Amino acid sequence: MTHSSSFVDAKQKRTDTRGYTGTLAISRFRAPVPLLEIRRVTRRFGDFVAVDDVSIAVEPGEFFTLLGPSGCGKTTLLRMIAGFDMPDEGQILLDGKDLADTPPERRPVHTVFQSYALFPHMTVAQNVAFPLRMAGRPAQEVARRTQEELDIVHLSDKAGAYPHELSGGQKQRVALARGLVNRPRLLLLDEPLGALDAKLRVEMQLELTMLQKNLGITFIFVTHAQYEALALSDRIAVMNSGRVEQLDTPDHIYGSPRNRFVADFIGKINLYNCSVIATSSESLRLSVAGLGEVWAPPHADVPAGTAGTFALRPEHARIVPRSQNPLMKNHLFGRVREFFYVGDVTTYVIDLDSGVRFQALLANSAPGRAKFFELGDEVAVEWPNEAGMFLSR
Amino acid sequence: MNWEWQFFLRDIGDGETTYLDWMISAWGWTLAVAGCAWVVALLFGSIIGTLRTVPNRWLAGAANAWVELFRNIPLLVQIFLWYFVVPTLVPPLQQVPSFIMVVLGLGFFTSARVAEQVRAGIQSLSRGQRNAGLALGLTLPQTYRFVLLPMAFRIVLPPLTSEAMNIIKNSSVAFAVSISELTMFAMQAQEETSRGIEVYLAVTSLYIVSTMVVNRALAYVETRVRVPGYVGGGK
Repeated sequence: MTHSSSFVDAKQKRTDTRGYTGTLAISRFRAPVPLLEIRRVTRRFGDFVAVDDVSIAVEPGEFFTLLGPSGCGKTTLLRMIAGFDMPDEGQILLDGKDLADTPPERRPVHTVFQSYALFPHMTVAQNVAFPLRMAGRPAQEVARRTQEELDIVHLSDKAGAYPHELSGGQKQRVALARGLVNRPRLLLLDEPLGALDAKLRVEMQLELTMLQKNLGITFIFVTHAQYEALALSDRIAVMNSGRVEQLDTPDHIYGSPRNRFVADFIGKINLYNCSVIATSSESLRLSVAGLGEVWAPPHADVPAGTAGTFALRPEHARIVPRSQNPLMKNHLFGRVREFFYVGDVTTYVIDLDSGVRFQALLANSAPGRAKFFELGDEVAVEWPNEAGMFLSR
Repeated sequence: MNWEWQFFLRDIGDGETTYLDWMISAWGWTLAVAGCAWVVALLFGSIIGTLRTVPNRWLAGAANAWVELFRNIPLLVQIFLWYFVVPTLVPPLQQVPSFIMVVLGLGFFTSARVAEQVRAGIQSLSRGQRNAGLALGLTLPQTYRFVLLPMAFRIVLPPLTSEAMNIIKNSSVAFAVSISELTMFAMQAQEETSRGIEVYLAVTSLYIVSTMVVNRALAYVETRVRVPGYVGGGK
């Protein structure tokens, strides 16, 4: 099941209870008012523009991710949503209301920090109960809700422990439970899985998505881990140098990156400078540095002569022995220079005869078969026209 | 060396009080001055130290000024200022007993030092703690009361113990404004009896007993409020 389809399911349930019409429920990402709207927000620190004219609308129930390298402005944006920092220009609206005059503690927005920021002098149960107690909820309700929340994150047996007696994953779960216990409209997560080891991280990713879908609380997740973003998000805003490079669903971000930065940042990809030789309604004919003439799917508004980038995902290329005749129009010859075996797949690095390097990825799906080619093997690589992409810049 | 301790049981000249009685009463005055001044120091020091860390620049600035004022004048000079100068400038204070003036003088002097410890304690906590409090919907005062100060005080308990011991020793300046505490007793008794060595040994042991009791008591508090598993500043 893809993330987008589960998102639509969740959305349908929610909009029905609110009494919206069927058409509204079905159309994706189109509620009358977005839960959170970031409207042309800019934030400068001296001469440095941390966030540059960013506009984003987050819909209720969405798992929305801000993805980008360090220093791209994603954490600054998150801090402004939480209220710890203010935009120099632009507005941040929650349910259509400007948040400018609302201090952090009055925003129905909670944050889970990378460092967890658990309160060291309180037990696990006291940490989780704390937001409820501060909100003045009756003692019975506090006890009941705390217990429920600890059950959800599987920490009931640790209720009496102190934060420093817990493992990283357990601390993370306490922070999550504390952030969710009084059901904020919006939960901000600042690289919450950054400090966990790889296996625990995958476990927590699964728990995080299930939790989010079950509770229906909108998540804004900040990360620089591309695969995490792809796996968890309903939509992703890829950020670079303070700007949003692309805002889309994970499959579109990966499958149809808008430009070279997005293509390069998300997943592995072959990138070559190129220029357009000819265009037609069926295809683009490109002159690619090191590859020669290749064909790519048609692209709107690129006249002949336009310079850009030719991009091809390694898993879309096929490798065959050089002796075997390639079947596809796009094919090139070379030899295996290096390979990276990671179990389910092997990435082959191929030196093409022209001297440029090319990566192709093969699934090791045949039983008992670990790899198909050895170092130095003479091979041909080929790919269908529709797999290539012409990107601006 | 020729010891002569019996004079402690001698009458001081009024027919009913012995030197021992006088010394015990002087010890009481020492503890009273130190205890009351400690209450003042802890109260003002905590408030001033906390204010030094708040986002409001005016409050933080005023708190900084307080610390600089009371930290940069010698204690004995401050006691004289409270005793002679302040009542001249503010005539109603002329009716206030010298005990109160000494408590305020010593208390405010120590409050500057306590404030410095409390500030350091709060600032040793990670920024995430404050933000976490605010992010969870606490007001700034609530964040201080329930999140920052409980940990800050645990962290600065050892230096605060030193300050509490210091205030007992510093209470000796009260002799300068004629409070009949231990140091005053020692000076007068050794003049009257010429047994300076015995007098000072006795007074010294009382100071040591007092500070040791404070030390042990606060060390006990320290173990009682220790957070299990918490080492150093943490994250």
